[in-house]
Amino acid sequence: MNSESGIAIEAKGLAKQFGEIQAVSDVSFEVRAGELFGFLGPNGAGKTTTINVLTGLARPDAGRIHIGGIDCTKTPRAAQHLIGVVPDESNMYPELSGFDNLCFCAALYGMGKIERQARAWELLDVFDLTKAARRKFGGYSKGMKRKLTIAAGIVHEPKILFLDEPTTGIDVASARQLRQLISDLHRKGTTIFLTTHYIEEAERLCDRIAFIMSGRVVRVDTVANLVQPIREKHVMQITCSNGLKELSGKLREEFPSLKFIHLQPELIRVEADEPVHVGPLVRFLEDHGAEVSEARKVRLSLEDVFVKITGIGADTMRKEKEKSWRNQ
Amino acid sequence: MKLWIAFWNILIKDFRTYYLKPPNISWGLIFPLAWTGMFFIKSGSGLESISSILPGVVALSILFGTTSLLAVTVTFEKKNRSFERLLLAPVPLELLMLAKTGGAILFGVINAFIPVIMAAFLIDLSHVDWMVFVLAAFLIAVASTFLGLFIAVAVSEVFEAQTFSNFFRFPMIFLCGLFFPISALPWFLEPLSYVLPLTYGADMLHGAIRGWHILPIFVDLLVLIIFCVVLFAASLRNIKHKWIL
Repeated sequence: MNSESGIAIEAKGLAKQFGEIQAVSDVSFEVRAGELFGFLGPNGAGKTTTINVLTGLARPDAGRIHIGGIDCTKTPRAAQHLIGVVPDESNMYPELSGFDNLCFCAALYGMGKIERQARAWELLDVFDLTKAARRKFGGYSKGMKRKLTIAAGIVHEPKILFLDEPTTGIDVASARQLRQLISDLHRKGTTIFLTTHYIEEAERLCDRIAFIMSGRVVRVDTVANLVQPIREKHVMQITCSNGLKELSGKLREEFPSLKFIHLQPELIRVEADEPVHVGPLVRFLEDHGAEVSEARKVRLSLEDVFVKITGIGADTMRKEKEKSWRNQ
Repeated sequence: MKLWIAFWNILIKDFRTYYLKPPNISWGLIFPLAWTGMFFIKSGSGLESISSILPGVVALSILFGTTSLLAVTVTFEKKNRSFERLLLAPVPLELLMLAKTGGAILFGVINAFIPVIMAAFLIDLSHVDWMVFVLAAFLIAVASTFLGLFIAVAVSEVFEAQTFSNFFRFPMIFLCGLFFPISALPWFLEPLSYVLPLTYGADMLHGAIRGWHILPIFVDLLVLIIFCVVLFAASLRNIKHKWIL
């Protein structure tokens, strides 16, 4: 860790091109020591390329990288002793058992036999894989594979941990368990760089978040700062069975202080700086022939910030990722 | 950090995971065993011909035993991304690749002794210069392994590595003076023999087993070492430029 500046990861003007494709261009951010930093963006935005460049698996075409104060720009693998990486795909050895995989990964970091065996058992216990310890990794379920891959990423207790989509493709209980583990690691002082498609996960876990879009970082801020402007708004969603679209103009005329956003043909969002009175709105709609089936107040979240910044629906992004995960 | 722990565990892991598996036992052990039996029995000139065939069979056993392994230990792991795990470890690339190739080299040296053990039952091997033999077997194993590594790094699919290896391996059977002298080759093929590492290894083996060789042993030794260094350096360069993109 760079004790002078307190910066664990520093990326300045990173650019990387693969053939004709500009995977990332001008990516800059800093991750403070001990921080849990989220990196969000749609598929193909450049998240994994950024991780690969930061972890020494790819060489940047331009820009500078400092990991734990070490300049990794020209020597991409110079800070490997400081980092742990959990890739987006499980890449353990299918012929080895879960226990042997963890012992092997620990050995790569110079851990002695007794130490690595103890650590392997400890992690197997944490990830609820003790019963499957002697089974070959190739025979594990997707969720078990994911858990073991994450365990392998932290087997050497790295100071800086890169997590690429850690909870994608696993069941709800395991994902919850993993999020708890990530929080625990963060509490113990590990710097965590997290990419995820689950925006609520990022909102719940991260201190700061960067949004990446088409290879460029478009916004970096704390979760609180990102959501504060939209939290100050008063928002309501109204579901009508018919005629909503045609009433747009009349709604704007009748309620000039309100902002109306059509989310779906039968769903409209109403935003205002002051509390929205539901009664007059519903009455107006019903008087004009619309059948209101639901009107409720909505608390906006980071997901709405994401949609606003990237223009991509969070659901779309999540479904895309889950589809690609199933196809693996 | 204790680098030797990483080195040893990579080597042992490869041995356990890949080397003692049916495909490698067939290519690495049964195949040379079959070659040896075939040459010894069918050479047609009695037991006295065994010593003239032995250097070629030893060289072949090492060549096939080593080159077939790298397609699995390197290309396969690159393909399924487990090689990334090694690249992410704080182990210098040179040491990492020595660990990945160390098992194949050891396997090659073990292979060298299969024909020798078989021959020992049939002929007197007391005249063999064992020091030169072991040195030759070791250097052929290293050069062949690094040739396999060079190929494994150059391709992206396991089948490509196997196919590409055969482009080198099979011509070498005829071009490197294993079973008949290089001078017996058509004149236009002779220069080709001298750009193949196995020529020098086979020459050393002929010297060790039969006391007959074309080049001085130290020349064979020097050229083989140069081949090893160049192939290893070229493979590392390829990994740095093609894999750490």
